[in-house]
Amino acid sequence: MTGYAFREAVAAFRRAPLLTSLSSTMVGLALFVVGLFALASYNLRLALTAIEERVEVVAYLRDDATTRDIDRARAELTGLPEVLSVRFVSKQDALERARRDLPEFSELFADVEVNPLPQSLEIELQPEARNKRAVGHVADVARSYGAVEDVRYGQEWVDKLFALRRIGAVAAGVMGAAFALVAALIIGTALRIAIFARREEIYVMRLVGATNGFIRRPFLIEGAMAGLLGGVVAWALTYATYRGLYAFIFAVAWIPQSWVLAGVIAGGVFGALSSAFAVRRYIREV
Amino acid sequence: MIKLTNVSREFPRHGYALRGVSLHIRKGEFAFLTGHSGSGKSTTLRLIHMADRPTSGEVRVTGYSSDKLPDRAAWKVRRRVGFVFQDIRLLPGRTALENVAFALEVTGAPKAQIAHKAQRLLSQVGLAPKAGSMAHELSGGEQQRVAIARALANDPFVLLADEPTGNLDERATRGIMELFWEINARGMSVLMATHDLDLVRRYPQARLFELDQGRLVYDSEAA
Repeated sequence: MTGYAFREAVAAFRRAPLLTSLSSTMVGLALFVVGLFALASYNLRLALTAIEERVEVVAYLRDDATTRDIDRARAELTGLPEVLSVRFVSKQDALERARRDLPEFSELFADVEVNPLPQSLEIELQPEARNKRAVGHVADVARSYGAVEDVRYGQEWVDKLFALRRIGAVAAGVMGAAFALVAALIIGTALRIAIFARREEIYVMRLVGATNGFIRRPFLIEGAMAGLLGGVVAWALTYATYRGLYAFIFAVAWIPQSWVLAGVIAGGVFGALSSAFAVRRYIREV
Repeated sequence: MIKLTNVSREFPRHGYALRGVSLHIRKGEFAFLTGHSGSGKSTTLRLIHMADRPTSGEVRVTGYSSDKLPDRAAWKVRRRVGFVFQDIRLLPGRTALENVAFALEVTGAPKAQIAHKAQRLLSQVGLAPKAGSMAHELSGGEQQRVAIARALANDPFVLLADEPTGNLDERATRGIMELFWEINARGMSVLMATHDLDLVRRYPQARLFELDQGRLVYDSEAA
């Protein structure tokens, strides 16, 4: 019986190639919009992650801090679960870095008799600790040492970054859900049209005593096939857009393969579900 | 075989299509169901086919009761009850043979037997030479014969026919009626709904039920 369902599903593609191509194209275009959104949101996420990697806490040390105090603070800070590494930057290192990174002030740094730059501990955070709460906690701990004069982590900047990330996550969730819903509606409509064209078959199947499961099966398979084909069309269109963007506008990253696979499978699942709903209606009508 | 006991069918916006109808059709009987349009003929046939359920009363078909058989299992009755219509409803884009084979395929007939049985059914209705013709290439009478062959695919015990000659000319009508009598002679019950009393009068040997405004007003056996 499953063999019949597959044969019928394939035969339906053969019998009405225009209609089935049209439904697959509609599914493809609907998923293409979702694909574009995925491409945009993935690249936005990468950009935000790159910025987050630069979030670090700098503890400026007193000039009179002893090596023992500095080593103790460094060792204890390194032991915090939020901290990935702690790097000591001496006054001399700071001056050399300033000369290298700020060439416009080279004259100013050339003739200094007393190095004005403080020694510091640069605290790099674990990836999962790059959030407002963890950054604040590490800064508070660093501040508690007598050897530490001041702690900076660009509080305002970090607050804005994390607010932006929250807004981005909510917007991505809402817009993603909206796009997926619109895609589901379009897929449903496309397959309903395809099934409407075959309502006589459903009628005859009911008339002669086919079971509901038997009637549904070829349509489910047909819907899944149209959905999968649409998913592949959407993948191809999204990939072409990515190549175009990459070649002519700016370097963007391609979405992970797992997302592509999920998109194509989602097409198949949407297709099968939409067909199931549409067939159920016709089964009831007969 | 087929027994309706005090059956009523009420539609929410259109009122009663049937009111308290009781009738019993035995194995091998040929019966006409007559009445004006809207008298309840089609509703009666749909109830026997379990395509619809009574609002009250019971329909029993070959051991299955409308009270107990869930909708999802109604296919069990439909395989035992053949059905043909005035508007025929063959699948376009398929040949006569494919239309008959379709009924066998979708009810799980063994694949190896489908083509042979479909051909035999077409022979029974006198259409073997037209097996390869597309449905739309056949005349109205020929199309109705294909529909009858399709209805016989699952070896039903009864053939229901809803105004099967309504769209046919006199010659085709005669041919279809002869076919029904042949089928009946092989032991199958036939229940044919028609409003054409001239046609009914030509076959006085058949049992006759008459419906009027949803009520059974005449049964030739009781008269």
